[in-house]
Amino acid sequence: MKKIAFLLAALMLLTAGLAGCGGNSDVGADTPDNSQSDVQDPADSGEAGPEDAAAPAGDAVARIKDAGKIVMLTNAQFPPFEYTDDAGAPVGVDPDLAQAIADELGVELEIIDMDFDGLVDALKAGKGDFIAAGFTVSEERLKEVDFSTEYVTSAQMVVIPKGSDLAADDAALSGKTISVQEGTTGDFYASGDQDMTASQIADANVLRFKSGIEAGMAVASGKADAMIIDELPATKIVESQSDALELLPTKLTDEQYAFAVNKGCEDLLEVINKVLTEKIDDGTVDSLVNQHMGV
Amino acid sequence: MQWLNKVTASLYAALIEGERWKLYLRGLGKTLEISAGAVVLGILIGVIVAIIKVSAVQKKMGGHCGVLLRAGEWLCDVYLTVIRGTPVMLQLMIIYFSVFASMSDGTLAAIVGFGINSGAYVAEIVRSGIQSINRGQTEAGRSLGLSAGMTMRFIILPQAFRNILPALFNEFITLLKETSVASVIAVPDMVKNATNIKTKIYNIAPLYVTALIYLVLVVGLTVVQRKIEGRLRESDRR
Repeated sequence: MKKIAFLLAALMLLTAGLAGCGGNSDVGADTPDNSQSDVQDPADSGEAGPEDAAAPAGDAVARIKDAGKIVMLTNAQFPPFEYTDDAGAPVGVDPDLAQAIADELGVELEIIDMDFDGLVDALKAGKGDFIAAGFTVSEERLKEVDFSTEYVTSAQMVVIPKGSDLAADDAALSGKTISVQEGTTGDFYASGDQDMTASQIADANVLRFKSGIEAGMAVASGKADAMIIDELPATKIVESQSDALELLPTKLTDEQYAFAVNKGCEDLLEVINKVLTEKIDDGTVDSLVNQHMGV
Repeated sequence: MQWLNKVTASLYAALIEGERWKLYLRGLGKTLEISAGAVVLGILIGVIVAIIKVSAVQKKMGGHCGVLLRAGEWLCDVYLTVIRGTPVMLQLMIIYFSVFASMSDGTLAAIVGFGINSGAYVAEIVRSGIQSINRGQTEAGRSLGLSAGMTMRFIILPQAFRNILPALFNEFITLLKETSVASVIAVPDMVKNATNIKTKIYNIAPLYVTALIYLVLVVGLTVVQRKIEGRLRESDRR
């Protein structure tokens, strides 16, 4: 955690004034992506390519259309929302919905597969246009990004080794070894983070893995007493290792997934919301979830 | 027999099923691309920094060291201190998120990051090599009428190169393996691809496969090193 704290400090120093879309129209000629240029290496401007095309601040859609592509940030280790196919390409519910958004805009979809705990930093640094990663809406995250329409209801669930008699309540989980995916709601819950969740867990030994599947393997191999993770990935992971894992029916939280964009990207958010609402209303989201759960 | 079946099954899932072996190759390509780029950049930076540092020391001993050279030496010292004093993983993330902020593909950031990092180590290796050559060699070169630059290029560096070859290959091997850190800036290198396969098949066989590929690469590098050393020894009369 120290490393991350240092990195954040360094980032703040280096990219002071960094912003996503609007909010800094006073900077004038600055393009949205390069609004951090005060402190930045001038060599950078040669790297930006088509994204450098001048566009007024806040005009994210025009910038995306100019570039001919929209970039989605995700962590492709969260089935059924995102996982990789055999060719290594990220697929799942979120990529399918993102494709619909790209189609709506008439541009290509590019997906960047990265660590979950780096998603917000990457979005703010302009590495992508939006996050679609089974990303739970929360107060804390709302300080950094703007959320779209909520498209999936989820909950944190507890996965235990088969035959374990551990109960899914905060008192029973206190003091236990709990595996989670780093930076997820399950991580905050297991850590007893009262700002982010209503967790009453105290003094748990939290093992933070880069993916939920690795966290699941830790439970299966006896390294952890339990795993806390989102409902559908939990179901999927337990299904794939049903001889070693068991999913408890208790829901620890009640939460919503949404796409996230940089603060001030209202025009992009509008397009995303339009597509998501359409897909929720005509049942596409539900059928996509079913389809990818079945894979 | 049962474990053999198990091993075969996990290897099948890790390599054959869905033609996953292609993913390792694609990752390997990325790993080699970053390593090769970083090695070239590292040598370039390393040699320049080493020459600046050595010249400054020599000029100081001679009593007159120009302001430009002094400034250069100071810059090189700052570079060495900062780069060797901070973890490569942080350097990489800082470069990716700040200097190359508007690039979403992390490959160039990785090449530059690892190149700058490796350059610091190469610089010290090259400096040790130059200093290992007897001062008499420089004096001989200069008294034969060669300029300082020509002496360095034709007399000192070739001999230094032979002395530092083992240390240099050490650095290349370390660099090759260190590039696996690049996954923190979303570069789909070999380790990243192996991790993705691992989380797909719920089995750690891809890690063994990847380890084996790295091992083969490093053994290959060692063979190259031995070949070069053999060639250099042909003209060695020590």
